[in-house]
Order: sequence, then C-alpha cells, then structure tokens
Amino acid sequence: MSNYTLSLRIIKDRGFKTLVILFSFITIVPLLFILFHIIKNGIGVINWQFLTSLPKPVGEVGGGIANAIVGTFILIVMSCMLSIPLGVSAGIYLSERREGWLASLVRLSVDILQGIPSIVMGILAYAWVVLSLGTFSAFSGSVALGIMMLPIIVRSTEETLKLIPEMLKEASLSLGVPYYRTVLRVILPAGASGIVTGILLSVARVAGETAPLLFTAFGSPFMDVNIFKPVNSLPLVIFNYATSPYPSWHQLAWGASLVLVGMVLTLNFSAKLVTKRWKVQF
Amino acid sequence: MLEEKITELKRELIGFATLVERMIEKSVKGLHEKKRESLLEVIEKDEPKTNALEISMDALCASMIAQFEPKAKDLRIALMVAKMSSDLERMGDHAVNIAESALFLTEKPLVKPLVDIPKMAEVTIKMLKDSISSFIEENSKLAKEVCERDNTVDELKDKILSELITLMSQDPSTIERSLHLLRISGNLERIADLSTNICEDVIYMTEGKVIKHQSKNW
Amino acid sequence: MESTILTIEDFSAYFGTNQVLNNVNLSVAQKKVTAIMGPSGCGKTTLIRCINRMHELVPAAQVSGRILLHDKNLYSMNPIIVRRKIGMVFQKPNPFPTMSIYDNVIAGYKLNGIRIGKREKDEIVEESLKRAALWGEVKDNLHRKGTFLSGGQQQRLCIARALAMHPEILLLDEPTSALDPKATAHIEELIAELKKQVTIIIVTHNIAQAARISDFTAFIYLGELVEYGTSEKMFTVPKDKRTEEYLTGKFG
Repeated sequence: MSNYTLSLRIIKDRGFKTLVILFSFITIVPLLFILFHIIKNGIGVINWQFLTSLPKPVGEVGGGIANAIVGTFILIVMSCMLSIPLGVSAGIYLSERREGWLASLVRLSVDILQGIPSIVMGILAYAWVVLSLGTFSAFSGSVALGIMMLPIIVRSTEETLKLIPEMLKEASLSLGVPYYRTVLRVILPAGASGIVTGILLSVARVAGETAPLLFTAFGSPFMDVNIFKPVNSLPLVIFNYATSPYPSWHQLAWGASLVLVGMVLTLNFSAKLVTKRWKVQF
Repeated sequence: MLEEKITELKRELIGFATLVERMIEKSVKGLHEKKRESLLEVIEKDEPKTNALEISMDALCASMIAQFEPKAKDLRIALMVAKMSSDLERMGDHAVNIAESALFLTEKPLVKPLVDIPKMAEVTIKMLKDSISSFIEENSKLAKEVCERDNTVDELKDKILSELITLMSQDPSTIERSLHLLRISGNLERIADLSTNICEDVIYMTEGKVIKHQSKNW
Repeated sequence: MESTILTIEDFSAYFGTNQVLNNVNLSVAQKKVTAIMGPSGCGKTTLIRCINRMHELVPAAQVSGRILLHDKNLYSMNPIIVRRKIGMVFQKPNPFPTMSIYDNVIAGYKLNGIRIGKREKDEIVEESLKRAALWGEVKDNLHRKGTFLSGGQQQRLCIARALAMHPEILLLDEPTSALDPKATAHIEELIAELKKQVTIIIVTHNIAQAARISDFTAFIYLGELVEYGTSEKMFTVPKDKRTEEYLTGKFG
C-alpha cells in the first residue's frame, strides 16, 4: 500500500469517527431545545394556586389545572388496571410458548396494535364505549389508553422473562412446586424490574396522548372522580388552551406542558432507577 | 473414601498373615507332638483359604487403584500389598510342604532329637510376625533389622544339613527320614526369605527406596 | 444384599419420535451412591429427569415402562408429589436470586404454601445447612441474598434446599462440572457423608469421579444400559467390551 493511499485512509477514518460523534451530539440538541423552551415559558405559571385550583372561564384571572392532574392520574390508574393483567399474562404466555398458533396470533396482534394510530383508537373507543354508555367518560378514555399500553407491556414482559434462565424455573419445579406458583412466586419476581420498567415506559407513552381523549374523556371544567363522567386531563388542557385565542390561556398551556413533561421525565427516570436497583443479574 | 479402602487393605493383609503364621506353627507343632489332625487341617482346610485370600487381595488392590488413582505412598501401599499377599500365599504352600513331610515323619521314630528345627521355626515365625508388625507400624527400621536375621536361619539350615549328612552316611536306613527333615528345614528357610521380601516391600512402601537384591548394603 | 429403593423397568423415553432411552432395567440400592456415566448425549441426564418426572415438562416428551419407588409406580402418582420425594441438584448452581439464604433453604415449603411455624422453619434451615456442610459459613448471614457465595457454596446451598424437603432420593446432575477442583472435592466428601441418610444417584461424565465416590455404577451408551454393577468390579473387570472401551478412552 502506497503512502498516499495509507494517509488517505487515515484521514477518511478520522473523518468518519468525527462525523459519527458530531451527529450523535446533534441528537441531544432537540431535547435540550424542548426542555429549555418549555421551562422558559412554563416556569412562570407554576405556583401552588395553579396546581390546586380549577379552571376558570375566559377573562377571569387565575385558574388552574387541578382537575387535569387528577384526571390524568385517574386515566393512568384505570388504564393500568385494564392493561397490566392482560399485558403481563400475554407476555408470560409468549415467553413460555415460542411456537404454536395462539402464540403467533398474539404476537401478530400485538405488533399490529402497536401501529394503530392513537386517533383511530379514540374513534373506536368512542364507538364502543361512549355510544354504549351514552356519555363521555374517564372509563372510555382509559379503554383507549389501555389498549395502547398493551403492546409495550406485552413485549417488555416477554423479553424480560425470556432472559430469565430456564434453570430457575427448573429449580422451582424440581421442588415439587406447581407451575402456576412457579410463575407467580419465582419467575415474576425475578423479572420484576423488567416488567415494571415496561409498565412505566408504557405509562410515559400514553400519559401525553391527546387524540384518543378527544372523543372519550372529552375534558371537563369540574373536578369529578366518577369514572363514568367526562374528565379533564393534562393533554386536553394543553390542546384546548393552546388552540384558544387568549394569550392568558396560552400561558396556562405552557404551564401544563411543563407539568406533563415533568411527569413523563419522572416516569422515565424512575424506570431507569428500577432497572438499576431491582435488576437481577444472571 | 481412600483412607477407608487402605484401612481395609491393611486389615485383610493382617488377617492373611495371621492365618499363615498359624499354619506354620501348626505344622511344626504337629511334627513335634505327632498330631496328625492339625497337620491334615493345614493341608486340607487352611491351604485353600490362602489361595482364596490371595485372589481376593489382588482384586482389592486392583479396585483400589482403579477407583482412587492413588499417588505416591498410597500407590506404593497398593502395589506392595499385592506383592506381600502373593508372598504370603507362597509361605502357605511352604507350610503345606512342611505338614506333608511331618505327616510322613509322625509314623516313624525320630532319627535325632528335634532341636534345631524347632529353633529354626521359632526364628522364622518371629521374622514373619515382625515383618507384618513393621508393615502395620510402617516401621522401616524394624524391617531392616528383620532382614538381618535371615543369616541366622541360613546358618541353622546349614547346620542341620551337615548333621544329617553325617547321619545318613553312617546309617542308610535314616536317609528317607533325613530327606524329609531336610525338606522341612529348606521350606522354613524359604519362608524366612519370603519374610525378608516383605520387609523390603515395607521399606519401599515407607521410604520409597528400593533395596531389593542388595541385601547387606546399607 | 442391599435393599432396593428404586426399580426402573423396561423404561424407554422419547422426544417426539426420537428415542433417547431404550428399554432400561435398573435397580437402585438404598442409601448408596449410584453413578450413571456415559459419553455426552447418551441419555444419562434424560434418565434421571425421568425419575423425578422433569422430562415430561418438555413438549413432545414421552415415556414407556415403569419406575417404581418402593413398589409404587412414579408414573401413576401426581408428579408434584414425586418431585417432593425425589430432590434434584443441577449442573449449574441455581439458588433463587431474589431470596435470602434462609428463604432459599425453605423455598420448597414457602413456594408450595406449606405453613410451618417459625421455630420449625429455623430448625429445618439449620439442619439442612448443616447436612450440606454450609452452616458454619453462612450462619451469620442467613438473611442476605445468596449472590455473594462462591460457586461451590451456592451449589451446597442448592443441596441444602433439596435436602430440606427430606427426600428419599437425591438426584445430582453433574453437580461439580461447573466448580473448581477444591469445591469439587468438598462436594465429593459431602456426598460420602450424605449417602448414610439419603440414596444418591449422580450423573457424571467424569469417569474418575464416578469411580471415586460411587458404590454402584451404570454405564449408559446410546440410550442403552450397557452395564451395571458394583464400582469395585466395573472399573477393574468390566464385563462388556463397550464399557472397557469407554473406560480406556476409546470414545466419549
């Protein structure tokens, strides 16, 4: 190899490495911009009153997002109640059965489900639940959100449990422990970190979904804990206030955005912590 | 596991040696006291036992080596015990020879008073006893000392030989009986030799030194 | 003549259509160590997994023939009961990672929901750890998770866990192949002690180990029981030519 070709290669090598590092750095930039913007615009709005009072009609000073926070909370809890048992069970099933028609069907369904647009989910939930109940409700909203959470929970449960060595199961079975107890008391605890992480991430994902809630939870100016009534939530607040013509409401939208982003970031960090603290090494 | 096997090996060997000791004692005593029953016992009952014992000891040594892959002293123990057991079996054969000649002699009058043969027997039996003791105690000093006593036995045999030669040349009618007595002394001398073999094996076992075929060189 | 605790009669095992064990007939002596040796893939692990009915957990697994524990056919009993009477220790130590040492030992009771008082639990834990020669090393750390233990200690913990169920037979599937020589020697000494109380069946591909620790040895080759006898005889005068070839290293 001549000296010329060799030095050209070294330059290309260095160039490539520099480019990779540069582009990686650039990917951080959007997040930094987002956080910067939201904090800059929203921080001024956040105060105790903002967090604990109900929305006020246009023109009145003050107003807060208390019911949105509670509503978001209610929606998350209920969609968890729907999606966790189904999702974890499906994940357990898939991790045990690599082949078979049911396993393939479940996997396929979950994959397709993941791709269904959130607004379509909303319309479907509207058609099933809202029309049947005759009212918008938190329940219908959580149905939509719950279905959206399913694929993530199923997949992360399956992947976590697949990583658990077979010999752990065998150790339990060889002690004469029936299968269902082995799953509940040995395998699930061993996979707890992965499963909980999956749940937290799926919550983080749906916490900010707006489209499905437009037709289901609908939003409300009142504080209502009846799940069969419409309920307010942070994404709805942001949507409504940001698209309104009132600058004061735009401010509130920034504030709500900050709260929502804060919540999502907290969930993400918690997921990381859970992995770190609880993860069982094999 | 290995230690238990070694203990078993030693125990079996001691039992074997005890049997052989008894056989020699019975044969010589039977000659002395003209006891036909004990002589017959040696030939018919005891000898088959020694054969069986040698076979079982071989199997024991082989299985110890196969199962435990012993090294160093443990290996030497296994090898030497196998050798000792075959020496003991030969001693048993010699005791039988003594008993057979003794059987012949019990029906005849003595050619001369029995003095040297009982003496030879006494030294030989003590050599056997002590060689086994040296094995049990892993005492190579005792083993070396026993080897030196072989000279005494050889001298006694020579003494008996020259006496009997004189006797036979004087009175031909004593030839048959004398030859049997010679046979007895020869077998006793072989037993003593085999005891020194055992002692040499003990020295190899405890010290790892080969002193075979050197006899008086330490 | 030793008494027989386990009789394997005309026993064959399959994975689907693939036959792994062919017509095995074997009587295991009580309170002795029986080694099962053979080259890799010969079916020896399958055999012991059939004894505690772990083999059937694999899809498409089938068996034919009988295995009798004291005259009761294991295959007509509830497999859960079988596995409580016959304990197993695996090749790679596998203590439960989310449980403390204490909980690991009584895992058989805890996971099965068997209720016993605290005092009884403490006794079982101490007794089992003592029998597994581990008590001294862990008695001050019973409530720590077992992950800080060395490989050999973890394996002894697994033995204690199996012993806590007071099994009649203990199956050991190559228990020392993942351990260093010192830990291996510990376990072998332990086996020599344990056999006074529990019948032990050990699968090993290590001929010297089988020779050292077992009272009886079975040689399995290509799914067949080629030879079975006392270890004393098997390693000095094997009867079958294949055994002879295996022992002298001609294959496997």
